[in-house]
Amino acid sequence: MSTAEKYVTGAYLVLLGSILVYVLIIALKVGRLEEELADVTRAAREKLGG
Amino acid sequence: MNAYAGDVAALARKDLLLEVRSRDTLPAMLLFVVSALTIFHFALPSGSSERAETGLLWIAIVFTALLGLTRAFAAEREGGVLDGLVLAPCDRSAIWLGKTIGLTVFLVLAELVALPAFALFFHPLSWDLVAAVALADIGIASIGTLLAAIAAASRARELLLPLLFLPLAIPVVIGGVGASIASDPGSFLGFLILYDGVFAILSWASFEYVITE
Amino acid sequence: MSTSLLSRHGRGPSVRFGPLFAAAALALLVGGFALAFYWAPEDADQGFSQKIFYLHVPIALTAYACFGWGAWKALRLLWTGERRYDLESYTAIHMGLIFGLLTLVTGSIWAKISWGQWWTWGERQLVLFLILFLFYSSYFMLRYSTDPGPRRERNSAVYALFGVVLIPVSFLAVRIAGTILHPTIFTHEGADLPWQMLVAFLVCLAGMLSLAATLYRVELTGKRIDASLRELRELLA
Repeated sequence: MSTAEKYVTGAYLVLLGSILVYVLIIALKVGRLEEELADVTRAAREKLGG
Repeated sequence: MNAYAGDVAALARKDLLLEVRSRDTLPAMLLFVVSALTIFHFALPSGSSERAETGLLWIAIVFTALLGLTRAFAAEREGGVLDGLVLAPCDRSAIWLGKTIGLTVFLVLAELVALPAFALFFHPLSWDLVAAVALADIGIASIGTLLAAIAAASRARELLLPLLFLPLAIPVVIGGVGASIASDPGSFLGFLILYDGVFAILSWASFEYVITE
Repeated sequence: MSTSLLSRHGRGPSVRFGPLFAAAALALLVGGFALAFYWAPEDADQGFSQKIFYLHVPIALTAYACFGWGAWKALRLLWTGERRYDLESYTAIHMGLIFGLLTLVTGSIWAKISWGQWWTWGERQLVLFLILFLFYSSYFMLRYSTDPGPRRERNSAVYALFGVVLIPVSFLAVRIAGTILHPTIFTHEGADLPWQMLVAFLVCLAGMLSLAATLYRVELTGKRIDASLRELRELLA
């Protein structure tokens, strides 16, 4: 693979990597939101008497 | 229209009178700019070009202006009268215009010392440079007043104001340095006029949104 | 009714559109890159390294689009006072900053291939993006250091408008700076594009815009859910 081809591939890999990092962050966020939703649901049950 | 102009004049006069009486801001700016120029001399190795020195002058102008900007609403804050100012029966944009005029005067006064000091320490100045400085003052004061109001709402206003201001100051520096050293300063001066016009109108129009509680 | 959680934080466009944008992004981006590598001719001057063009320029244009979209939402906020526009503007600018960073990275790689340096002040697009990157990073400093509320929303909106005005002003500034201060020796603006390159480029551009739209929707939904949950917590406390 020539130098130019290495760099070009690298650039496209940067895009791919960025998208995957983003997916990772969103996945973590969704996990956190799920936990919080469970908390809030529990609180609502207690408050409104199940 | 007359009431508007009257409000603006009153507000600008208030700021200038306050400064004359308390002498907080202007002496500090003057001292700062002369100190900065002195440091620049030591920062530049001998044999540096006149162009590099001119560039540094513009840095001094931008940072001296920043110093003045941080004091833009200080008087109101310390006196606790910011709400009173906002509640005053005048158009909010008149506050912006009054403050901007006051700030421009401060900058011009500071440069009345800075420019001769520079000519003394480094090399003589051209009239194009002086014109560019005057135009830059208007632009800096315009956005500075608005940004000072934005920063005033934050928890870290002394940190935030420079951060908000510097990216917007980059075109001013480009225009100013270009006008100072180019053989044809016209396009750079024209650019500064464009900058001033565009950002002054934007600041004037949006000031009421940033000053209300 | 008007104080319901959903109307306060805004109801996103109906779920139908979500998968549509994602599907479009997939098809257009994969298709566009395929066209770029398998179909479009190789550039006579730059050779294979020109292929970065199909990545870098769509990313740059998408960044501009995001900043513009953020400014539009900011304007709507100031106009109508509806709180939901704040989240939309903020998310759009966040997208813009991400794509702006990618522009700088891919541009830097392109500079390395073309001229052997990771950075050059002579490449106008790169310099312009540096200025914008600094500006919009300051936007985030503004948001982080101001307490949440209508004040922060309005201040952010005004600053976002300043940003979008800064784009053409900086473009002009960098252009005239090139004439005397920092000579623009290097430029990627080649001669007219062969039509195959143009087609491949446009498909890549459409794909990148769709990608940005998809990520924008996802992030916005996440932020809205966050805000609603917080509100629920307060109500139940």
